Amino acid sequence: MNDGPNGSIADPHAATRDEMMTVAAARSLRDRDTCFVGIGLPSAAANVARLTHAPGIVLIYESGTIGARPTRLPLSIGDEDLALTARAVVSVPEIFNYWLQPHRIGVGFLGAAQIDRFANINTTIIGSDYNHPKVRLPGAGGAPEIAGCCREVIVIVRQSPRTFVRQLDFITSLGHGNGPGDREAAGLRTRGPVKVVSDLGVLEPDEVTHELMLTQVHPGVDVESVIAATGWPLRVSPNVTTVDPPTIEELQALRQLAVGGLE
Amino acid sequence: MAEIVSLADAVAELVHDGDTVALEGFTHLIPFAAGHEIIRQGRRDLTLVRMTPDLIYDQMIGAGCARRLVFSWGGNPGVGSLHRFRDAVENGWPVPLEIEEHTHAGMANRYVAGASGLPFATVRAYAGSDYLKHAAPNVASITCPFTGEVLTAVAALRPDVSIVHAQQADREGNVQLWGITGVQREAALAAHRALVTVEEIVDKLEPVPGGVVLPTWSLSHVALAPRGAYPSYASGYYSRDNAYYVAWDAISRDRDTFNAWLDEHVLDSQGANR
Repeated sequence: MNDGPNGSIADPHAATRDEMMTVAAARSLRDRDTCFVGIGLPSAAANVARLTHAPGIVLIYESGTIGARPTRLPLSIGDEDLALTARAVVSVPEIFNYWLQPHRIGVGFLGAAQIDRFANINTTIIGSDYNHPKVRLPGAGGAPEIAGCCREVIVIVRQSPRTFVRQLDFITSLGHGNGPGDREAAGLRTRGPVKVVSDLGVLEPDEVTHELMLTQVHPGVDVESVIAATGWPLRVSPNVTTVDPPTIEELQALRQLAVGGLE
Repeated sequence: MAEIVSLADAVAELVHDGDTVALEGFTHLIPFAAGHEIIRQGRRDLTLVRMTPDLIYDQMIGAGCARRLVFSWGGNPGVGSLHRFRDAVENGWPVPLEIEEHTHAGMANRYVAGASGLPFATVRAYAGSDYLKHAAPNVASITCPFTGEVLTAVAALRPDVSIVHAQQADREGNVQLWGITGVQREAALAAHRALVTVEEIVDKLEPVPGGVVLPTWSLSHVALAPRGAYPSYASGYYSRDNAYYVAWDAISRDRDTFNAWLDEHVLDSQGANR
């Protein structure tokens, strides 16, 4: 796969790894889904879905914009384009209390700085001492409540041993805890992460143990390299399939959205 | 009745060293002009409260105004880290910064409780998160007296001063803001003293769909600050300057570059940075 940014639209195989990841994540969304969207990669993927196979999807941003239809990728979750194209704009307490908390929203789309084998997420600190972190990350935002209150969660994150770690430095947002029963014990009634889409492939929690298992690889990626990019002994499905490469339509949608943006 | 005064007078009267100060505005209507005025007046030891301490708090932290930060997401949206914030947390420069962090739902509901005159609010947020222990004592588990369900209680926020930016005020100091209105109503009503900076003062406020009105009698002061939310945006007035947010990354990375920027654009300037 081509790592360069200038792949020709006429040649879908020229997709970058990030583009492949974004398109694969976009395909996870269904038409008519309601989706709570984080900024960056999740927003790119959600909008590609809206512009291709899921025109009826309702995109919700934590700035209070419900049903946003941005013409290009927003730099922040509160860009004016989101407000001007939204069906409704509500306050921040309202978006969390009335819309997210009661499980009204189907899919939460999240990024991560670190993720572990049970799809728990860290976006807070790198380092073992909270008071003296090696790296101070932005923190929670709405992620813990998105992870807790959307009916299911999809994570989109670039894969390397630095991000796919054996042990999180901080649990910002609960995935599957240490396995079955942990979400319920924390008082959550939702499914949690159902899929992790990386730039190498797709991981899904095992139905019994909830541990992430590699189920798909992107075109040109072999299983060994995914294992090497994972900080724990990665379980691999006996039936790993290869993700279909991006269609011309998907790549065009993504690249048009990115014009003027930072993606 | 809110008195309409200059921004410099409003900050001098309402913001004191050691105060707990909330500047709110969720991406939209961020009160940059007021933050710069606080820097110019040399306030110290502030507890700064804000859900999303983006560039304005990076600037205030780098300028040495803050002793403590209460927040729920500290980044440069779509760009990356807040380098002055990180330098303060990781290296104690220019002064050590204590932090207390929450989730967005937690912070929003802390303001709701403050605005409601209640000691706490209840949320499902924080479940299974390490924030349950790190945000203590302002977060605690609570059992519902009706269902027995275990939920999270978040302590009310009652800032000494809240500052928000709005599009318009009338000559009596009634305020209207619209577009993405974030948590500004709650922040203003939760505070002991509230300052609103506005783009313009008009003879009569015309109701706008989705508009939030803050009556003059609920506020302390209103101050005129045209382009006072720049480089964020004011819907109907000007757009977000995304290039400024991108450029901030390089300016803020280095202490000397930051200090030079501060001298030129804030300390030597009478108004907000243009």
